[in-house]
Amino acid sequence: MMGSKLVALIVIVLGVIAIAQLVRLYELSSKLRKEGEHETNSRDNRLNARMMLVFMSFLFIGFIYLMLNFGWTGMGEAASVHGRETDWLLNVNFWLIIIVFFFTNTLLFTFAHKYIRKPGVKAFYFPHDNKLEMIWTVVPAIVLAFIIILGLRSWNKITDDAVSKGAVNIELFSKQFDWTARYSGDDNVLGKFDYKLTTDNNELGLITTNTIDSAIFQMENGVSGINTLESKLNDKKIILVPEEREKMIVDLERKSRLIRILYQMRGHHDSKIDNFAWDDIIQKDTLYLCENTEYEFNFRAKDVIHSAYFPHFRAQMNTVPGLTTRFRFTPDITTKEMKVKMNDSKFNYVLLCNKICGSAHYKMKMIVVVLSKSEFKNWMNAKKNNSTFKKVYFPVVAPAAPAAAVSTDSTMVATVK
Amino acid sequence: MAAVAHDSHGNHGSHGHHEDHGHHEESFVSKYLFSQDHKMIAKQFLLTAVFMGVVAMLLSILFRIQLAWPGESSDFLTFFLGETWAPGGILKEDMYLGLVTIHGTIMVFFLLTGGLSGTFSNLLIPLQLGARDMASGFLNMLSYWFFFISSIIMLVSLFIETGPAMAGWTIYPPLSALPQAIGGSGLGMTLWLLSMTLFVVSSLLGSLNYIVTVLNLRTKGMAMTRMPLTIWAFFVTAILGVLSFPVLFSAVLLLMMDRLVGTSFYLSDIIVGGEMLANHGGSPILYQHLFWFLGHPEVYIVLLPALGLSSEIISTNSRKPIFGYRAMIGSILAIGFLSFIVWGHHMFVTGMNPFIGSVFVFTTLLIAIPSAVKVFNYITTLWKGAIVLTPAMMFAIGLVSTFITGGVTGIILADSALDIAIHDTYFVVAHFHIVMGMSAVFGMFGGVYHWFPKMFGKMMNKRLGYAHFWITIFGAYGVFFPMHFVGLAGAPRRYYDYSVYGDFNTKSYDMMMDLNVVITVFAIIAALGQLLFLFNFFYSIFRGPKTVQNPWRSNTLEWTTPIEHVHGNWPGELPTVHRWPYDYSKPGAEEDFVPQTVPLLEGEEEH
Repeated sequence: MMGSKLVALIVIVLGVIAIAQLVRLYELSSKLRKEGEHETNSRDNRLNARMMLVFMSFLFIGFIYLMLNFGWTGMGEAASVHGRETDWLLNVNFWLIIIVFFFTNTLLFTFAHKYIRKPGVKAFYFPHDNKLEMIWTVVPAIVLAFIIILGLRSWNKITDDAVSKGAVNIELFSKQFDWTARYSGDDNVLGKFDYKLTTDNNELGLITTNTIDSAIFQMENGVSGINTLESKLNDKKIILVPEEREKMIVDLERKSRLIRILYQMRGHHDSKIDNFAWDDIIQKDTLYLCENTEYEFNFRAKDVIHSAYFPHFRAQMNTVPGLTTRFRFTPDITTKEMKVKMNDSKFNYVLLCNKICGSAHYKMKMIVVVLSKSEFKNWMNAKKNNSTFKKVYFPVVAPAAPAAAVSTDSTMVATVK
Repeated sequence: MAAVAHDSHGNHGSHGHHEDHGHHEESFVSKYLFSQDHKMIAKQFLLTAVFMGVVAMLLSILFRIQLAWPGESSDFLTFFLGETWAPGGILKEDMYLGLVTIHGTIMVFFLLTGGLSGTFSNLLIPLQLGARDMASGFLNMLSYWFFFISSIIMLVSLFIETGPAMAGWTIYPPLSALPQAIGGSGLGMTLWLLSMTLFVVSSLLGSLNYIVTVLNLRTKGMAMTRMPLTIWAFFVTAILGVLSFPVLFSAVLLLMMDRLVGTSFYLSDIIVGGEMLANHGGSPILYQHLFWFLGHPEVYIVLLPALGLSSEIISTNSRKPIFGYRAMIGSILAIGFLSFIVWGHHMFVTGMNPFIGSVFVFTTLLIAIPSAVKVFNYITTLWKGAIVLTPAMMFAIGLVSTFITGGVTGIILADSALDIAIHDTYFVVAHFHIVMGMSAVFGMFGGVYHWFPKMFGKMMNKRLGYAHFWITIFGAYGVFFPMHFVGLAGAPRRYYDYSVYGDFNTKSYDMMMDLNVVITVFAIIAALGQLLFLFNFFYSIFRGPKTVQNPWRSNTLEWTTPIEHVHGNWPGELPTVHRWPYDYSKPGAEEDFVPQTVPLLEGEEEH
């Protein structure tokens, strides 16, 4: 290992010396030819001018090769309704910029080739021409107006609020380094949440009477809860390193602030909203969607900014701690169909994280499966029967909500087109 | 106002300059270290920036090796990163992000802002305007030393135990605010913030100086409309810097407060590392608005000087006036103005109001108009020219090509509806590397080859220059062209390993792995090509052949100064300007160039 480094070092040093000697040689020869370094002789000029054309061919052939091989939809056909429009718009824009790319680069390199200095030919003194300048201000302006209008039309359609009535609500919760989905259950209303209610069996911080109680209990009596901290700090028998003591005091102050807010929350809590959360379904590893159903995704982040990126659905939205962001789309090709289209039995849709979020950022993904309507119905029914938030995480406690609230559920069933 | 600012050498005002400079000996320290001479400061900026650029390029090769051959052991990685960051020759995930972050930061700020503006504004503003020096030599010196200290701190942050900043060069909080979220957000981030604060100070001192000098110290006859386009570009760049860098400083300051004092400007409702934070009410999006309010003008702070330099180089070496001088000034001003109202296009998918998104689409796409005007004017300048392909000229032509290629993909990204699909993918990385990593860098190389004789009184070897150019343009296009297609296939940026695609899409996986190897091989070739430049640069400083006074037969004032640098630039009277700087191949003139100092002939129209 050391040996190879030494060899590499020697090679580099010898290489530098070799170049230096070549340069010396070149300088001596140009001195003999009485040619200064600032003068470009016509041989160099012609050679480089020819290279301009060679390079232009390399650029164009390379571009065409890449385009034919990989195209601009390497992620495959769009699998959502708006995604198809995005692809169409992308194609329109791409054809426009490809024309500009070829046109201007051709002019540039052919002029650089054609108009090199020739003996006896003086350059054409041509400082300005209002007509020409007008043309290349107005033409790009018109083309851009066209691009802007088309672009904004799609953008408005994709982000329009008006159609969201009736879309199925799903929450996507992001944290270092995985995704959790939450279906809104029969009522199509996602249970409310507060990050302060996060405990081991309430990872999403959903608000119900029970979760508030258990969060308060945890913060007071948990492993590093307020009571433990206080007793440790007050226990004269325990000798603490000053830094550790400092840290515990800070921790205690923070927790005392948080517990006050928790008690307030319990004071104001209306147990009627419990049912919004109880019927929610929490789903990890794989996100199941139903084809031709419009989904409204509600994004949350626990720790840092992530970004929910569904390349195959042409959808993306950042997830931001402290905010809920939204994106809506309608998947319209099932996974099975897509496997056939892509001719790849291993193919799957995916949800990736697309905002730097920490060391394992690149691993943060969730497989997305789009099912046909009947398949999805079966899957969902099984989940509703066995895996609601209440059944999985708080099975023993009696529902705190009055029966009346439960009965309204059926009137708010998600409208599945 | 500026003329009042005397420096220690006194008497550099535009009124007479009688003392003989040959006689006053200077100590090593005042000549080479704490120099207040703009030419020396320019060289200091250039050397520091070249060094920083080499470091940042090396960092990029390190992470490119990981991307091309993930999981394979590499001696090269161990050699530079040691067992701590590349145990067994395999790069650590954390360090990958650290390398990416510091590579971006150094390239954008230290190479392309400090290196480009710092070097060429300092060198050319006084020389091309006919001034004895900058308005304030002392502030100018401070500007360099703040830049230097800031560079040192940034480099030091690479060597600390918890690693350098790792949140990407945009350091979005909360990731950058929480040491629990990633190792680099500890001391590494503190150093990053400190370094950038000093950088802002340096940039402000420099920019204010440039603005004042351009406004107040132009020599007799140098009307604003007779200034070379280089000066116009530096002038507008300086204004952009003064207006936008303070906003970065405020963003950095608030982030420091969140990190050190416990405020909640950017933090709200966070649980990290099992710890529930009490911060509530802040918004991480606020940081992004502040950051990009600098960040977007910053793109033009990087690009405008390169465009200015290439205007000068292309006109000189086409032996033709730059086409549409006034339109070029208009475009520079328009680009400068528009750059302030487009920052939101970096944030289309942050969840901001779609209507505001539409406004940013509109303003952003408008920038394409002045950019198109510039490109067509360059091309028309070449048309029917008598082109001399010096290395500088070739880099300038390369700049125009890459400015087109990088510009048109910007149209795709500015379109919010399309941005949804390709935001933060490699398409974006390819786009801004073609504009900044190629165009702006080509402008810088062109500038170095063109003004090297002015800086060092020597000539660089042109054959090495040609080889350097061809290797660089083939190599760099080879890197960034395929990168677009990786992005269109949906590859997110800042991923440590794209093998994850193997789990769900074998076709994309094969393509990404193949193209990543191609990209890395080209990157290594392009990087090795830079050795030619470095060799040529340093060898020529010491052993290059002596230059003649006006090697490129150029019109501008800097070539009327003596080859040996003197304080005050011109040994006698300051030159008087009689015409614009682009009288190349003017009908009726004997030579194919007429320097600005030549009075108009009787009956001669100015242009």
